[in-house]
Amino acid sequence: MNGPDEPGDDHWIDPEIIRPYVVTRGRTRPAHGRFDLISMALAVGHPPGPDAGLDPEHLRILRLCREPKSVAEIAAHLNLPAGTIRVLLGDLFDRELVSAQEPQSEVDMRDMKMYRAVLDGLRSL
Amino acid sequence: MVFARSDRPRIPTAIKILIAGGFGAGKTTMVGAVSETRPLRTEEVLTDRGVGVDDLTAVEAKRTTTVAMDFGRITLSDEYVLYLFGTPGQERFWFVWDELAEGSLGAVILADTRRLADCFPSIDYFERRGTPFVVAVNCFEGSPTFELDEVRLALQLNPSIPIIMCDARKRESSREVLIALVKHSARLRAEPVSS
Repeated sequence: MNGPDEPGDDHWIDPEIIRPYVVTRGRTRPAHGRFDLISMALAVGHPPGPDAGLDPEHLRILRLCREPKSVAEIAAHLNLPAGTIRVLLGDLFDRELVSAQEPQSEVDMRDMKMYRAVLDGLRSL
Repeated sequence: MVFARSDRPRIPTAIKILIAGGFGAGKTTMVGAVSETRPLRTEEVLTDRGVGVDDLTAVEAKRTTTVAMDFGRITLSDEYVLYLFGTPGQERFWFVWDELAEGSLGAVILADTRRLADCFPSIDYFERRGTPFVVAVNCFEGSPTFELDEVRLALQLNPSIPIIMCDARKRESSREVLIALVKHSARLRAEPVSS
């Protein structure tokens, strides 16, 4: 028997689908920045205190980004879609709590120095 | 006297390489073989462009699709980090590829000799887009062995495109495939440095 607070089959919604929207409060785009899948983020400044008004997900991102991490990596570690991470990173960027580095663009693909660095890196694996 | 402006660690620039090929060709295996961590998975919620959607009652409601991608990371230096992305195999997710291919260094197309035709869509896609690619023939145990020339012929591959045998489970072998791709991409796109 279903009580009044127990959802029936008609109302059951997978919490995994809801969570991304809850943590961004319904926002689907970041306030600032593009944040490609491989844009790199790094936590900067002093870690914010509990009165900073940040959500647990923001704080987890800051902890993770003590070393530079890509949007894709943050998404994988927090088990949230990349789009959600973009929004949260935008918040942190606004508050100057992270700095970001956009990835190599298509134009930069003519840079011989980059190819040499990639080859050297791969050879020393 | 010169002071460093900042004692913050510098943020490396990220570079991406795509690992494409048919379902079961060994994409995630190759990502895992060379990556410094086990392959990670990210999900991208994408808005369907809705081509062919004729449901006029739902004009406002965009359809969304969640696409999962496996990827790995190789820290090359303080300056560069390399990300390897396995492309989503299902053809209906092809609209994701443009986003993934944009700004990529190039692509490895993994070929499985038991199902060679599976890599035609990838070859077509990267040829059309002008993304440099190499074909890596993944040699599974028990898979029919072909000469590389036979595979090249079967795939109607342009002679300028490198084709290599590999074992996607082996780090060394997968690394050689990546090196071949980087050299090929540099030949096609890098401007000669005057020195």
